[in-house]
Amino acid sequence: MSDKPKFAMYWAASCGGCEISVLNIAEKILDVDANFEPVFWPVAMDAKYKDVEAMEDGSILLTLWNGGIRNDENEHIAHLLRKKSKILVAFGSCATEGCIPGLANLSPVEEIFATAYHTISTDNPQGIHPQPTFEVPEGTLTIPTLKPVLKTLAQVVDVDYYMPGCPPEPHQIAAVIDLVIQVLQGKAQLPPKGAYIGCGNSTVCDECPRARNVKHITAFRRIQEVAPLDPEICILEQGVPCNGPATRSGCNARCPRVGAQCIGCYGPAEGVLDYGARLITAFASVVDAKEPEEIEAILDGIPDPTGQFYRFNLADSLLRASTAAWKKNGH
Amino acid sequence: MSMQRISIDPITRLEGHGKIDIFLDEKGDVANSYFQIPELRGFERFCVGRPVEEMPLLTNRICGVCPEAHHMAAAKAADAVYHVDPPRTAKMLRELLYMAFYATDHTTHFYALGGPDFIVGPDAPVAERNILGVIHKVGLEIGGKVIQMRKYGHETVEIIGGRKVHPASSIPGGITKILSEEERKHIEEMGRWAIDFALFSLQAFKDIVLANKTYLDLIVGDVYTHKTYYMGLVDENNKVNFYDGKVRVVDPEGKEFCKYEPKDYTKHIAEHVEPWTYLKFPYLKNVGWKGFTDGKDSGVYMATPLSRLNASDGMATPKAQEAYEELYATLGGKPVHQRLAIHWARLVELLYAAERWVELVTDPEITSPNVHKVPTEVPTEGVGIVEAPRGTLTHHYWTDERGIVTKANLIVGTTNNYAPIQMSTNKAARNLIKGGVVNEGLLNMVEMAFRAYDPCFGCATHSLPGQMPLEITIRTPDGEVVDVVKQFVD
Repeated sequence: MSDKPKFAMYWAASCGGCEISVLNIAEKILDVDANFEPVFWPVAMDAKYKDVEAMEDGSILLTLWNGGIRNDENEHIAHLLRKKSKILVAFGSCATEGCIPGLANLSPVEEIFATAYHTISTDNPQGIHPQPTFEVPEGTLTIPTLKPVLKTLAQVVDVDYYMPGCPPEPHQIAAVIDLVIQVLQGKAQLPPKGAYIGCGNSTVCDECPRARNVKHITAFRRIQEVAPLDPEICILEQGVPCNGPATRSGCNARCPRVGAQCIGCYGPAEGVLDYGARLITAFASVVDAKEPEEIEAILDGIPDPTGQFYRFNLADSLLRASTAAWKKNGH
Repeated sequence: MSMQRISIDPITRLEGHGKIDIFLDEKGDVANSYFQIPELRGFERFCVGRPVEEMPLLTNRICGVCPEAHHMAAAKAADAVYHVDPPRTAKMLRELLYMAFYATDHTTHFYALGGPDFIVGPDAPVAERNILGVIHKVGLEIGGKVIQMRKYGHETVEIIGGRKVHPASSIPGGITKILSEEERKHIEEMGRWAIDFALFSLQAFKDIVLANKTYLDLIVGDVYTHKTYYMGLVDENNKVNFYDGKVRVVDPEGKEFCKYEPKDYTKHIAEHVEPWTYLKFPYLKNVGWKGFTDGKDSGVYMATPLSRLNASDGMATPKAQEAYEELYATLGGKPVHQRLAIHWARLVELLYAAERWVELVTDPEITSPNVHKVPTEVPTEGVGIVEAPRGTLTHHYWTDERGIVTKANLIVGTTNNYAPIQMSTNKAARNLIKGGVVNEGLLNMVEMAFRAYDPCFGCATHSLPGQMPLEITIRTPDGEVVDVVKQFVD
């Protein structure tokens, strides 16, 4: 047993992109190895829950948690790791705000099953759905139960820091690792609890090289109607809904640099209470119309307001879920 | 019932982690086993209501290991929804991004995951059977090369797609990115380096694995053999293609069983549902679901690097074609049924991806600004198919007249292989558990059985040391623990 500070990284309902992004820090991973003792890291080593349960409370210095809380197993591990960790970081969009899988909160779980196990290619005349426990001839098999809605980590346990991004960019991960190492060496201090780390404090627009001319638009256009865009000019001002104005900086405006609109994966900018509300305000400010009918006609150019304004953020927004899904949650 | 149960919980996954329950009969032999997938996120539901041009962005998030595959399949499906054929340059840029991704992904798997079993040896100490062990065996320089290959691949993906993980540039009708000459040159240099790296990797495989009779016997042995149908995407000459073409299926004797356009997939593929797992089991509709069994009468098929080679007439680039011929000459002709040969096939594909990368980036039209065609037709319905590293990937969307998705169907890479994986692990278990005695070797043998498929849910794909933590607990029916066998579990 080494006396290095203990480190854990866990995934819940996520895609694995956060792990790939950690691998993409390349040689920097050796710094993690040199400064920490990983004690629980399913991608890299033993992930036995019992071993974690046997640890002293607070004995893990740093836990990076990625993924939302989709089933009862995710929830159980979240409580366990909270108890065992001094610092718990919600790592990536799924943990901080629900991300794309959070869009599942638009439907009750029954609808998700009714879709997935009855698609055009599914041969399921008996209407079989997976069961939490099922008797096979040889014994009982169990699988975790889906929760009625997907939750963010902070909706389930107390979180110390948030690291946004889908996934967090490797240079930001490397910067956070450097910071923690400096804290360990007494050369730096931890930010205040609840802070967002590994990101900027302004918006994607502030990192975007495209020129903004405060030009107003008379219609929203979908990207396939107008591509390729002018590479020098603000995407929103070219009429394509770009989420940059409401989205936190930190990615270096990567998508706008290749001619694609920001889709908002770094979540709400600093101080924004509700991402969608902020974005609606930003869009309204570029619309060149005064009459309600005119405004309505322009807004019709956004065919999916729910997805546009809450693509990554639904589970953490003021809405959190559709009424139908939310009711099943015991509310 | 007096059955003992063995639970193998890898606790590594992508779509949830996989879990294997093995039941023993009264004699202590294997009665049956179940490979369970414990998670469902519901993409097919919540894609509904979203604009079809967002599918390449939303479905990326199905898998952060192969987002490029979902990005491409969704973009191609969206092209089809709008009945638009993107300009040649747009298709080449998409494919170029995809080749760089393929080279990276296959490298990660070979060196961090599958490779250690062979390079260090299946009977080497557990602590050595990982990427660090590989580096000890073949030298630190190689470790640097592997990191370099991953860097180059991701850099190319980022130049064209915007981001290293979850690229953003493919849209209905083409791509948003125009490649500059400076970027082109840089990508060409990286591609040429990748060809050398692939050749080096194949040579290392020959020197270390094929030259060793023990390893070779393991590859050609019966434990890892299943005679099934094989699936893969082919071009007009029946050569392997990852980005485009028709899906070809050969029977267990290697004869063409069917060849279909993406839009016709429902005529050929159906999915079976079991109540004890969240993942479905695809099979060949025209053969039928006969349970977890191989042979010509069972609709079970495999879709992996080896399947693609089996289902094709060769590789479309010269060096990869040589490697293809050598593989079949060594293993006794087509098709090859031995699952461990998937590792070798993966390296043949690595070489093809690198050669194709250079072919595309040196095409005079690759820097053309003609990267998008504005769709003009009313959107309806479309299917997009690419070869994901882990199998044929099908995206199917229906939209209203505004291009808003009304229905979605996805058959993802690993899903294709769910039935074969269940069969392979079952066979390995039956071979290694006799009379209630669990051989220590079971752990790695079962592990090797499913690792060959590079399953996304066994996603040690993003495992740095390449270790798959496993624990087998043998219990009486009352739950009393009689034995515990562990690996990578302190």
